[in-house]
Amino acid sequence: MIKQIKTLPQGSWMKRLDESIKHGDIPWQIILIVMSVAIMILVVAIGVMLWNESGEARNMFGWGFLAPTSDASWDPVNDHFEAWPFIYGTLLTSLASIIMAVPISLGIAIFLAELCPEWLRLPLNWLVELLAAIPSVVYGLWGIFIFLPTAVTPVGNFLFETVGKIPWIGALFAGPIPESGVSRLGAAFILTIMIIPTITAVTRDVLLSIPASQREASLALGATQWESIWQVLLPYGISGILGAVILGLGRALGETMAVTMVIGNSIEGTISLLRPGYTMASVIANEFAEAVSRLHSEALVEVGLVLFFMTLILNMIARFLVWRVARRIPAEARI
Amino acid sequence: MTTQFQELIASNQIRLASRRKFINAFMLTVTGFLTLLALIPLFWIIGYVFYKGGSFLSFSFFTQLPRPLGMEGGGVLHALEGTMILALLAAIFAIPPGVLAAFYASRYPNTPLGIVLRFSTDVLSGVPSIVIGLFVYIIMVKPMGHYSGLAGGVATGILMLPVIIRTTEEMLKLVPGALREGSLALGAPEWKTSLSVIFPAALSGVITGFLLAISRAAGETAPLLFTALGNERYDIKAIITNGMAQKQSIFTIFGRIVDQPVDSLPLTLWKYAQQPYPERIQQSWTVALVLMIFVLTINILARLWVESRKRRLQG
Repeated sequence: MIKQIKTLPQGSWMKRLDESIKHGDIPWQIILIVMSVAIMILVVAIGVMLWNESGEARNMFGWGFLAPTSDASWDPVNDHFEAWPFIYGTLLTSLASIIMAVPISLGIAIFLAELCPEWLRLPLNWLVELLAAIPSVVYGLWGIFIFLPTAVTPVGNFLFETVGKIPWIGALFAGPIPESGVSRLGAAFILTIMIIPTITAVTRDVLLSIPASQREASLALGATQWESIWQVLLPYGISGILGAVILGLGRALGETMAVTMVIGNSIEGTISLLRPGYTMASVIANEFAEAVSRLHSEALVEVGLVLFFMTLILNMIARFLVWRVARRIPAEARI
Repeated sequence: MTTQFQELIASNQIRLASRRKFINAFMLTVTGFLTLLALIPLFWIIGYVFYKGGSFLSFSFFTQLPRPLGMEGGGVLHALEGTMILALLAAIFAIPPGVLAAFYASRYPNTPLGIVLRFSTDVLSGVPSIVIGLFVYIIMVKPMGHYSGLAGGVATGILMLPVIIRTTEEMLKLVPGALREGSLALGAPEWKTSLSVIFPAALSGVITGFLLAISRAAGETAPLLFTALGNERYDIKAIITNGMAQKQSIFTIFGRIVDQPVDSLPLTLWKYAQQPYPERIQQSWTVALVLMIFVLTINILARLWVESRKRRLQG
């Protein structure tokens, strides 16, 4: 039996409504657009809210809040706040971790993208990405009880005895490192492990997206495999790799729990890697819930605001660089 | 004379070539070693967490509330319940907008709004989780006047949003264009095509993305520090029995469940790890083990699933 579908009569208001909203497509599009705009607004709102909520602290301390001074004070009792020790701690640990993570990640990415046998590639990819899946607190727990005492303390002592004796640079390695290993160096090591997967994944994708013709041409000219990687592929993808590094840096800047657990959370006057320190994220984590005064919590929000802007700018640069590589390569040339 | 000269050049070239070959072999080996180097901490952590945490793991660890120090036993039921509540709330807040935005991003990737949307997703995924915690504190905890599981759920949801948008978008893009065209050609409107043809085809991928997002969010502590705060006496069963006794509606009971501070597994781990008592530290290792099992299982299953889906859709 043929099923009769009753169509609405020509002039009915339901039919006209249905047609004027294009059979439901216009509401659908509006919903999609509203949701998309909501996500944009969310990002903007984070910045605006932090900005509003830190007004008093910004007025009170001005740019001096961020100024690099050696005698900066963070004094909740007398309501005087300068954030330089935290900014310094964040920058030092992040940069140190980047310096350690970049060569390792580049090596891994080259191995995964260029050399690894096909059957091994997927498992290795997963294992490296599992490093990113381990919760930050677990890194912290492992860090304080296992990694710091067994690995960081000996390395720290070695650095103190060798590099620490050199003038100028030596100040960065002035020790001695605490017996427990709790130090900026420890935080930098943990951060290194945590950002390796980020840098590796993006670099690997950049390498894989380079046209095979580049490899073939270089090999055909008689270059060895390493030479074609080092002199052809890496320069070709350099801006994407730079983007990967900056993404890793952004992740290191914002990492909170693991760093809070291993860095010692103390404001000392030293600039040394081997001494305990403090970072922007960890001061918020430690003090915000128990802020003693309104100005104290505003100052902490301002630290968060600075952190937000730092990661925002880094992310924009990184995305732009990665996007530029992706755009330059025509889709059909990808392997 | 000339032959001697040629021989000299030839031997030089051989030396040069062998040097280049050596560098090649050496550097390629180095990259392999670096890969192994990065895997050392992975196995070190997993091994230690299983070794340290495994000895204390028992069934009662999951079914009992914490007991005061000095008393035997006690578990982390409160944290387990809290984690589930937070995950549930985060799912409610993150999935609908995330999936809809992903529809937009995959359907109109090159419109200005599409570009801005993908850009803001990227930015959102880069915002430090502690900053998201601050944000939610400002917009929710402060106006409401108290810490709550609801605020923790919102913070976790914001954290999950970019992951959900990105994986969903990727999965929607994998659906063959012929399906869309076929549906449109049959006269189905765009929304019906999206919801009843494309979305089901991509559904398993979307669920995978959600699971990955949950596993990432379940391990996060920083955004919960001043939103969900933590609550050692959190007991859903007590709230429900209490509510039933007073003949409250299901919404009131749910409201009371999410309205108070809740604990979560990573939050408990963090608090216990800072206490100077060996029992607490032992328990924090066990919590770490539970977290790791949860995260690793979800990750491995989700990836296996995605891989097989991709093969089926592409092959």
